[in-house]
Amino acid sequence: MTKTVRLGAGSGFSGDRIEPAVDLARDGALDYLVFECLAERTIAIAQLAKLENPEAGYDPMLERRFRAVLLLCAAQGVRIVTNMGAANPLSAARKVAEICRELGFANPRVAAITGDDVLDVLLREDVEIVETGLRASAMGDRLVSANAYLGARPIADALSDGATIVVTGRVSDPALFLGPLMHEFGWRDDDWQMLGRGVMAGHLLECAGQITGGYFADPGVKDIAGLARLGFPIGIVDERGEIEIAKLAGSGGAITTATCKEQLLYEIGDPAAYMQPDVIADFSHVRMAEVGKDRVRATGARGHAAPPTLKCSVGYRDGFVGEGQMSYAGPGALARARLAGEIVRERLSLTGVATRELRIDVIGADSLHGAATPQTNAEPYEARLRVAARTETRDAAQAIGEEVESLYTNGPAGGGGAWKSVRPIIAIASAYIAREKARPRVSFVEAP
Amino acid sequence: MTLGATRKLRDIAHSRTGDKGNTSVISLIAFDEADYPLLRDRVTAERVREHFAGIVHGEVTRYEIPSLGALNFVLQNALGGGVTRSLALDAHGKSLSSRLLDMEI
Repeated sequence: MTKTVRLGAGSGFSGDRIEPAVDLARDGALDYLVFECLAERTIAIAQLAKLENPEAGYDPMLERRFRAVLLLCAAQGVRIVTNMGAANPLSAARKVAEICRELGFANPRVAAITGDDVLDVLLREDVEIVETGLRASAMGDRLVSANAYLGARPIADALSDGATIVVTGRVSDPALFLGPLMHEFGWRDDDWQMLGRGVMAGHLLECAGQITGGYFADPGVKDIAGLARLGFPIGIVDERGEIEIAKLAGSGGAITTATCKEQLLYEIGDPAAYMQPDVIADFSHVRMAEVGKDRVRATGARGHAAPPTLKCSVGYRDGFVGEGQMSYAGPGALARARLAGEIVRERLSLTGVATRELRIDVIGADSLHGAATPQTNAEPYEARLRVAARTETRDAAQAIGEEVESLYTNGPAGGGGAWKSVRPIIAIASAYIAREKARPRVSFVEAP
Repeated sequence: MTLGATRKLRDIAHSRTGDKGNTSVISLIAFDEADYPLLRDRVTAERVREHFAGIVHGEVTRYEIPSLGALNFVLQNALGGGVTRSLALDAHGKSLSSRLLDMEI
């Protein structure tokens, strides 16, 4: 019989639901449970937290997630792979080891993958930041973090060295799944075809519920039952890298060729050249077939030699965003909301509030698609003014919401529900470094 | 199709939007693969660019995936300077797929 590996997706983003992973750990007959939790910007924010406290900088839900699944995984020999290490994989791994000891999971082998932090490389080589066009040195103290997207090899190595739990920082999302496959099937670093297929498996699974019917429903057109108890996916992969996507019987959602196609094409740009640290994956000849209820087989992924560079996610401080909102209702609501916006614009100018960019929209009319909104003569019953600005200083950002709030007694009739906010911007840009400049490292840790 | 009746993409296809920096990636997938040639012939990159005028300020590239009955559109400079900097309510541009499905075919 052909060997297969069962990979469960325990989360598709840092704030994802907890119970679907618990269900998978208990009933999924898994070999691996993988938690993808690290968005582009999260690692830069985590880096700031680590500057404040050297033990911080990992995912805030790490403890909750591990406490929920750890003993179930331990009892069944399910290994866990996650990027919840964020800016501090070592500290995160020590926390996991501590939770293991507390819960009575004897002799866990917890590995941390480090080496994604390449800020020093960017500065030493004075690499150009793509979006800003500036060299790293010219970014000065605005530069907060630079993390290379590492590949699957260090994860596979950690597993080969006996890790039961692997905690990473920035690695490519599909690599979290490709690592276990490389380890289980002994795929070499230049077996491009297999790596391309493994990347497809990872890409299909990395957003968890987004392949089992989440982010898909459109009532009357695309109906999906049971989204409140959506089941997360299990990928069953054989040694040829072919994959079937399944979920637990009785869980909510659905797996169809349509849900799988949406996820396959999600965020990939050119389907023939999905750039990954391990391989350039080619999905342009993939076929999907329903092979059972809630079970889809995907075949035909290919791979080409890995690119010579690694992409890095660069975090930098970019001023502040100030925002204010106010609602209007009934006849003339839209006109009053528009007038309110014009008043705020004039006030910002009169009071000398410096903005780098100002955006005034009406929620309920054109806040999502602006000038591309289709023309309509229908008057909305309610309209909500939204003013947002990017500013150099916190004070200027503060003024945006204050000017909206002051519409209560100074603006058009009947405004209600004022709301305001100020937040610092940690922007994300990208840079590329030669792949040998990043030095991935596997460290096994003990509970402190 | 009856002459004069208008159909929208939503009647024959589905779509999901993803983002990378300041670039939006929008898939368009035929419910029935038999409708793929219609999508391929009617939903050109130029037409998508016009449809998103005012949102997309860069190039629109179309990729064809006949084995899935699908197209993938890559819209450059479409997310207000990038997800992490954008002032837009929907900074990720997640709702752009719904705008695409509103296109008449």
